[in-house]
Amino acid sequence: MADKALSTKHLLGIKYITREDIALIFETAKEFKQVINRPIKKVPSLRDITIANLFFENSTRTKLSFELAEKRLSADVINFSSSSSSVKKGETLLDTVNNILSMKVDMVVMRHPAPGAPMFLSKHIDASIINAGDGTHEHPTQALLDAFSMQEAIGDLTGKRIVIVGDITHSRVALSNIYCLQKLGAEVMVSGPPTLIPQDIGALGVRVEYDVKKALEWCDIANVLRIQLERQNIKYIPSLREYSAYYGIDKRLLDSISKKITIMHPGPINRGVELSSDVADSDQSIILQQVENGVAIRMAVLFLVAGLKQ
Amino acid sequence: MMNKRGKNILSGERFGLTLTRLCHQIIEHYPKFDNLCLIGIQESGVRFGERIRSILSTLVDKQEIPFGKLDITFFRDDFRRRDEPISAKPTEIDFLIEGKTVLLVDDVLYSGRTIHAAMTALQQFGRPDKIELMVLVDRRFNRHFPIEADYVGITVDALDQAYVRVDWKEEEGKDRIMFYATERK
Repeated sequence: MADKALSTKHLLGIKYITREDIALIFETAKEFKQVINRPIKKVPSLRDITIANLFFENSTRTKLSFELAEKRLSADVINFSSSSSSVKKGETLLDTVNNILSMKVDMVVMRHPAPGAPMFLSKHIDASIINAGDGTHEHPTQALLDAFSMQEAIGDLTGKRIVIVGDITHSRVALSNIYCLQKLGAEVMVSGPPTLIPQDIGALGVRVEYDVKKALEWCDIANVLRIQLERQNIKYIPSLREYSAYYGIDKRLLDSISKKITIMHPGPINRGVELSSDVADSDQSIILQQVENGVAIRMAVLFLVAGLKQ
Repeated sequence: MMNKRGKNILSGERFGLTLTRLCHQIIEHYPKFDNLCLIGIQESGVRFGERIRSILSTLVDKQEIPFGKLDITFFRDDFRRRDEPISAKPTEIDFLIEGKTVLLVDDVLYSGRTIHAAMTALQQFGRPDKIELMVLVDRRFNRHFPIEADYVGITVDALDQAYVRVDWKEEEGKDRIMFYATERK
């Protein structure tokens, strides 16, 4: 088998990579998962590479996960968050990034509230860019780690049924998941209140089911999203309590369906809202495996993107 | 004498004899296989190691030697410097090498960079008492590092542009070592 490389020097979104790219990332991540489970968790691959983590929007786990992945690969890491930077003083995104790049940074990991910000940047700078979430657009590494965890749980995803439950409109995780799962041959359904599902989502080739029980009955895996309180300037749902009553998943609901399905959540969980504690902590949930896989997937992405000859 | 298709420098019965001789050398040094483990370097070294292990089991009726597979992709020193991409292969070492004698196995010893990376990679599995190296082909005079093999199948003197390839019965249908005066393609 010939050795392969990624088809792109950036990871801007799942939309822009191929099924072969995804397979290569998964193969590599499998090896990195072994590495991070050894007593010595570090490899020297990226020892002469500097990576800038530019977080123009708050993040805890994604940032931690990327930083850990970078350090496990022996890269030099610099961190930047907009709350303590010149962005507050009116500097443009391009100027900020160019200033950082003139310090000889090789790769940029960026989270930005504006959809398309990494795409814009990729057209103006030479360094490789990894999108760590751009507004409500894409969050490719989350989708990759979700799909990787699903494969671990139920094997090849071809023909498997995945439902994404919750706030689809505001979720970059949902969009990236849809692209990724479809590229891997899975059938995708979205479920949630009509106000939180885009009207023309059918154009992406996904099913829509407003009744969460029917959706769970249909699927092999349910990826449950967080209700993003911070993105709701207008009221999409009457109250959290009402959301929880109609769309929250608890043990009773899970036990009432005919098969045992796997439950996932990208975190952070609003316990008692979209997932009850007895479900989140049950043996059907693979939430913590997702977090572990997140580091391995990010190591694989960084390794493969950095490995392309510059 | 030599054409573009390369020259066969070891095959058939002599190939088998060489493998058997290497096994006898191991037995000579480690009669009871005490604390010894074999680690093949992906991918050709693994095939070579598996072959050595199966011959050893026919020669000596004792407990099996632990055998591991080591992938050095993440430890290479030419990362970002090569034209061809490299993909990771599985590393399977389900024992600790702490305090053991590790016999590293690879098909061709050339620059020594692979072995150098392998020794770095091995540090993740403990501190071995000793590391020895067994290769099927030793291309002496092409070394970039002060690394020598302890057990050698055949020694080849060749220019830098030459290419040596080991074919295995399991994959290519026959066991043989091919020598090409210029690099393939």
